Amino acid sequence: MREGRETMSVPVLSVRDLRVEFVTRRGTLKAIDGVSFDIAKGEVLGVVGESGAGKSVTGSAVIGLIDPPGRIAGGEIHLSGLRIDNLPPEEMRRVRGRRIGMIFQDPLTSLNPLYRVSEQLVETIRTHTNLSASAARKRAIDLLAEVGIPAPDKRIDSYPHEFSGGMRQRVVIALALCAEPELIIADEPTTALDVSVQAQIIALLKRLGREHGTAIMLVTHDMGVIAETADRVAVMYAGRIAEIGPVRDVVQNPLHPYAQGLMGAIPSLEADAQRLVQIPGAMPRLSAIPPGCPFNPRCPHAFDRCKVERPEAIQHAEHRVACHLYDQSPARTEAVA
Amino acid sequence: MLAFIIRRAFQAIGVLLAVGIISFAMFRFAGDPVNQIVSLDTPAAEREQVRRSLGLDDPVPVQFARYLVQSVQGDFGVSYQFRQPVSDLLAERMPATLELAFCATIFATVFGVLMGVYSGLKRDSVLAKVFQTISLIGISLPTFLIGILLIYLFAVILGWLPSYGRGDTVRLGWWSTGFLTLSGWKALIMPSITLGLFQMTLIMRIVRAEMLEVLRADYIKFARARGLTTRAIHFGHALKNTLVPVITIVGLQFGSVIAFAIITETVFQWPGMGLLFVQAVQNVDIPIMAAYLMLVALIFVTINLAVDILYTIVDPRLRSTIRQPA
Repeated sequence: MREGRETMSVPVLSVRDLRVEFVTRRGTLKAIDGVSFDIAKGEVLGVVGESGAGKSVTGSAVIGLIDPPGRIAGGEIHLSGLRIDNLPPEEMRRVRGRRIGMIFQDPLTSLNPLYRVSEQLVETIRTHTNLSASAARKRAIDLLAEVGIPAPDKRIDSYPHEFSGGMRQRVVIALALCAEPELIIADEPTTALDVSVQAQIIALLKRLGREHGTAIMLVTHDMGVIAETADRVAVMYAGRIAEIGPVRDVVQNPLHPYAQGLMGAIPSLEADAQRLVQIPGAMPRLSAIPPGCPFNPRCPHAFDRCKVERPEAIQHAEHRVACHLYDQSPARTEAVA
Repeated sequence: MLAFIIRRAFQAIGVLLAVGIISFAMFRFAGDPVNQIVSLDTPAAEREQVRRSLGLDDPVPVQFARYLVQSVQGDFGVSYQFRQPVSDLLAERMPATLELAFCATIFATVFGVLMGVYSGLKRDSVLAKVFQTISLIGISLPTFLIGILLIYLFAVILGWLPSYGRGDTVRLGWWSTGFLTLSGWKALIMPSITLGLFQMTLIMRIVRAEMLEVLRADYIKFARARGLTTRAIHFGHALKNTLVPVITIVGLQFGSVIAFAIITETVFQWPGMGLLFVQAVQNVDIPIMAAYLMLVALIFVTINLAVDILYTIVDPRLRSTIRQPA
């Protein structure tokens, strides 16, 4: 064991300047372009953005499951200090499931329909531990109890189709927890569920993160889920992080014009029923990302510099924001550019 | 489950009844059976007597009922050309056809699944492309041509394998088997390949397509995210999910293999039911044709039932739909 203080200072997940490309016949598309963030022990980082902003690809890159023709083109990913983006496949396989758990969007299709829940749990547990079959089964029952499945000792031998959607997502979470991972990547974990079930799953994730000190990367496009769950939030746009900061600040006082537009588009019961703010235009396709700031064609505050120079992330109070509006030292950014 | 089997059994009986009507109609409408039995100069009174003794003067429904009862008891009448009971002739020929069909199906399934899995997992490899080419040949070349090519290569040029017949057989009760002698095995090789090649390519293509489909499924991605080994993912999770269509094909094709054995048996002069049927067609031997029809129908219906039951063993979702029919 290392010194307590040092352990505290090393984040569970540290992503530095991550770039992911998809090589296609019509050229190389940059799905992720220079993304950096940390997640500390027990912290929930929400990642929001429109479809295609690169949220899910970031999650897949962290767990090493980017399918060809996609590939990590640059940057580094560290898990508790260990660099994992360049591990050999077999070593990365051992990291998956054991140190990083993943939860996918659709619990109906995440489970293999032909195997009992017990078989899938025991298989995962025994892949990552030395437990005997009976000990693994006992642990599987404990896991199901922990994620809130009633009568787990009876339900464990059911097939996936015999569970409801919410219960299935609990099974999926139990599968992700099999080896007590340090990090859980939850990719739209509530999108396919009923609203009432969504709240339960979110509460479950929060409780598990708190009790086990698991870091959680919560990918979603639902700002409500983020506001309820996350400690910090990263707003992604066209493969970059536009703004990252504590969830309260970003929701109530967004700095980046895109984040402002996004927050303005959340319906509120308190405010008068006016028309919701809409961001004009649409997110550019990966093949046609404009030069400079990718948001400049839709930005109400865009000026000349936005069209030519890509904004770097600037520390502004507790936020980091990639926008020229907040740049107070032009000499420094010019040097970087 | 039991109710499901009983329901299916009733459907099977319905199918067999329909086939029974067709084969019975062959007797009625493909000429007067009395003419087939008596000689040309038999007097009319004697013909009437034969007609009465065979019950052919009874009303049609009575005759049909009698035909069904006799068929169920395994009595299909007497062959016109051999003057022997059809059931004896079929029983004598059946082992040859069933052994051939069995070997062809095993060959097709084993090689089809292996090649399909391989070319599904490594679809860009050279070997997978070779398999694809072989499958194209197997699909497009007619059976008899493959048989003749094999005979030319292995029997005529190389002289390794016999070109016709089933070699020495051993009798086990009424069943004559070629599995117990070396010459029997050698004789089985070429006809089995000829008969099974089409099925093999079909199975290979289906397994490959299913593998590619299943490997894209969410539960495979989730299995990878759980850190399972590649081996467990490919063979435990992916392969089992391709099995339902494979069982369908293997099952239904087993019936076709028996029915299509006619061509292979003719090419290799294989002493099976198919060859008997071809001879019966040439000699308008209606009792054999009718019995063959009934037998093939029975085999198809039995296989279908077996396939349906196998589905439920592989896929638990079907089990519950069977238990609570919608």
